[in-house]
Amino acid sequence: MRSVRHVGGSVVNGIWRLGYASRFFVLTLLKSPVSFRRFHQLTMREVYFTGVLSLIIIVVSGLFVGMVLALQGYETLQKYGSSEAVGTLVALSLVRELGPVVAALLFASRAGSAMTAEIGLMKATEQISAMEMMAVDPIARVIGPRFWGGVISMPLLAAMFSAVGVFGGYLIAVVLIGVDDGAFWSQMQAAVDWRQDVLNGVIKSCVFGVAVTAIALFEGYDAPPTAEGVSGATTRTVVTSSLAILGLDFILTAFMFTGV
Amino acid sequence: MDRTIIDLWVGIFVAAGVVALMVLALKVGNASTINLSESYTIYAEFDNIGGLKVRAPVKSSGVVVGRVAEIQFDPRKYVAKVALRVDRRYEFPADTIASVLTSGLLGEQYVGLDVGGDTVVLKDGHTLKKTQSAVVLEKLIGQFLYGKAAEGGNSK
Repeated sequence: MRSVRHVGGSVVNGIWRLGYASRFFVLTLLKSPVSFRRFHQLTMREVYFTGVLSLIIIVVSGLFVGMVLALQGYETLQKYGSSEAVGTLVALSLVRELGPVVAALLFASRAGSAMTAEIGLMKATEQISAMEMMAVDPIARVIGPRFWGGVISMPLLAAMFSAVGVFGGYLIAVVLIGVDDGAFWSQMQAAVDWRQDVLNGVIKSCVFGVAVTAIALFEGYDAPPTAEGVSGATTRTVVTSSLAILGLDFILTAFMFTGV
Repeated sequence: MDRTIIDLWVGIFVAAGVVALMVLALKVGNASTINLSESYTIYAEFDNIGGLKVRAPVKSSGVVVGRVAEIQFDPRKYVAKVALRVDRRYEFPADTIASVLTSGLLGEQYVGLDVGGDTVVLKDGHTLKKTQSAVVLEKLIGQFLYGKAAEGGNSK
């Protein structure tokens, strides 16, 4: 009997939180014009913190993911005598899937967790209440710039991840293994379509950017104002946004790449 | 002073992102090869298109000159009507023959254009008069077996 009550309670609580999160998200969008007009300098600062400081991990991971894809792909393709197709394999998997998804996962753990911890601590040390006292809207001043900073950075980071990954694949396949240079690029160009593949990858990363940033900001804003609460919220950010990325990726892929 | 340094880094970051997108579009993708705005559409009617897909290449002498834009079934003539979007740089005579071919043994299917000798060139919206359908493997095997059986009957 008690377990039934517990399950019911957690379901109701989850739906309640979802509603609160949706209202928070809509409020952020509504206050965005104010954030842009008055706090654009802060938005720049957030692009710096979430985008520029994530560059190293994104570029290094992209390079290694591309190199590993080329190594593994070459092993298998070489058996069928089509080792030149390794370029197609690397480019298509990076541009369509791995670029947006892995970059978003890294972004969630590198930038999303930091955002949650920052806002959670601002709340715990009552900086947010202080802003309200001074008639400064915390949604427009704190949340809006961070949201747009994350949304702007994410597609750019994913594009860099894919581009560097293709370069890593080129390094392994052409420079190290010795696949023909011209065939590598021409097969890749014949297979990768600008609209179908590249643009859809960018759309995916935009959606992931919105999801990750919104989850991170909400978890921070909703965190209980204690040390334990902030640490729990940070963990939840990484777990929830990773699950959201994978779930959204499945839905977007089903829409984008199967309806031929 | 601090702000300008951040602005510089953000500028570098955004520029690098845009460069990455350009690389993906031009070097990895094929945005540069065929410009869809400078193309014209011709139609071809096939009895059977086999496994031809939209966006399959249109080749002449092995060179990609366009893409398959649309495939429709004509319910009155019972044929497949295929729209071919061809690069405007290339002009083909009106008696050009379109055929559905396969690249390699297991490769993708494409439309091959065999050029005729007419002096009139194809214009936007024209329909090709002569086409050759895709080879369906089952029919080919069926014909082969039928031929063998007929041969066996004659030799008796």
